[in-house]
Amino acid sequence: MREVYDLGMSSVGIVAFISLFMGAVTAIQMAQNFQGADIPVPNYYVSYATKVVLILEFSPTIISLILAGKVGSYIASSIGTMRVTEQIDALDVMGINSPSFLVMPKVIATIFFNPILIMISIAMGLLGGYLIGEATQMWSQSDYITGLQMPMATRLFVYTFVKTVCFAFVIATVPAYYGYNVKGGSLEVGRSSTAAVVWTSVILIILNLVLTQTILS
Amino acid sequence: MIEVKNLKKQFDDVEVLKGISTVFESGKTNLIIGQSGSGKTVFLKCMTGLIIPTSGEIFFDGRDVVKFSYEQRQQIRGEIGTVFQGSALFDSMTVLENVRFPLEMFSNVSLKEMNKRSEEVLERVNLTPESFHKFPSEISGGMQKRVAIARAIVNKPKYLFADEPNSGLDPKTSMVIDKLLHELTVEYNTTTIINTHDMNSVMEIGETIVFLKDGYKEWDGDKNEILTADNESVIDFVYSSKLFTKLRDVLLKEKQNK
Repeated sequence: MREVYDLGMSSVGIVAFISLFMGAVTAIQMAQNFQGADIPVPNYYVSYATKVVLILEFSPTIISLILAGKVGSYIASSIGTMRVTEQIDALDVMGINSPSFLVMPKVIATIFFNPILIMISIAMGLLGGYLIGEATQMWSQSDYITGLQMPMATRLFVYTFVKTVCFAFVIATVPAYYGYNVKGGSLEVGRSSTAAVVWTSVILIILNLVLTQTILS
Repeated sequence: MIEVKNLKKQFDDVEVLKGISTVFESGKTNLIIGQSGSGKTVFLKCMTGLIIPTSGEIFFDGRDVVKFSYEQRQQIRGEIGTVFQGSALFDSMTVLENVRFPLEMFSNVSLKEMNKRSEEVLERVNLTPESFHKFPSEISGGMQKRVAIARAIVNKPKYLFADEPNSGLDPKTSMVIDKLLHELTVEYNTTTIINTHDMNSVMEIGETIVFLKDGYKEWDGDKNEILTADNESVIDFVYSSKLFTKLRDVLLKEKQNK
């Protein structure tokens, strides 16, 4: 449960904040693009397009990248500190399988909580779009809700869910690998934490392309 | 009893242990001494199973642990208690949880019984109940060492290892830790092996002493023999302080007079 809090619950605030504002920005950009289009686009497409952007890309990918920074650095530095302070040696000498003992709870907590965070992100993003519409009157409340109710193909949801789970696995395991294999002192812990965030982000970006090509094409 | 035969350990091109053979007796505090970089920690880690030796044999009461399978090695680890140089307490656990942890891993008793046993050993190492629910960062270095000792003995180990248990402690607290380790060794009849370069510890609890230099066993004996040892490396190590140099002169004069 502590892992769920450290790796999931503690990220709810930042995810909600970013998503609320990014949802509002996305909705404004959609409205601006539609207004400048050669053919008239109904206003309810603003919320539909915002919804599609949030569900397909912004929430699963961009939020995962943010979590790679926040959660990834936490995992790498906490396990790395355990390594340099001999806490992992203490586990090993007791006969405990330290990789499994340290990494598995983090993988489970992240895979369990990442989809929840992504759902919160989608909901907050859509709320952001709704609130900015209310504030600016660029589109009506009923148009926004109509757009939200427009159907999306099931495989798009499957695609998002698969991405979310795969990204969660990467967010937990890559930093854990870097933290577990730290050699040296506090300076090396910092370096491994930075390397963990960089490589987690790189892997997420590449995996995003691979999964998109595999599932959507 | 732990018997080591021709133990060697090589890291890439560097040979750290160059064929060490010695015996550590049970019910005694056995000290491994030597300068930094002499191979003490690698030697200790080979015995605790944290490092696999390149060659040689390590017998724990006749059982060659080097040849053990993974399962056998895991099993014998339940008989080992280790006190690390920096205490290695788990930051996220309280003092009581740290001490209870090995019981949670290796015993099937109830939580109530585990807490009772943990509190017993914490009291045995002279810690008061007020500290039981504090986190390691909230207690002093000396108290952390005591918690580490309590965690190491909570499972009543047959073999107790301590890597520089006095590092970072003041002389008075160091003496308390030394005495505690010695008392526990006698009380539990453990084979206790302590890495140290602290001469106070050597004189206090050195019932058996192994002196390492550059990966070799250079000398062995006890605390009474070490002060008048005629090995140059031991003399260099022991008499690196002015106090001990003067003491040596007095002892040698006494020896000549006899």
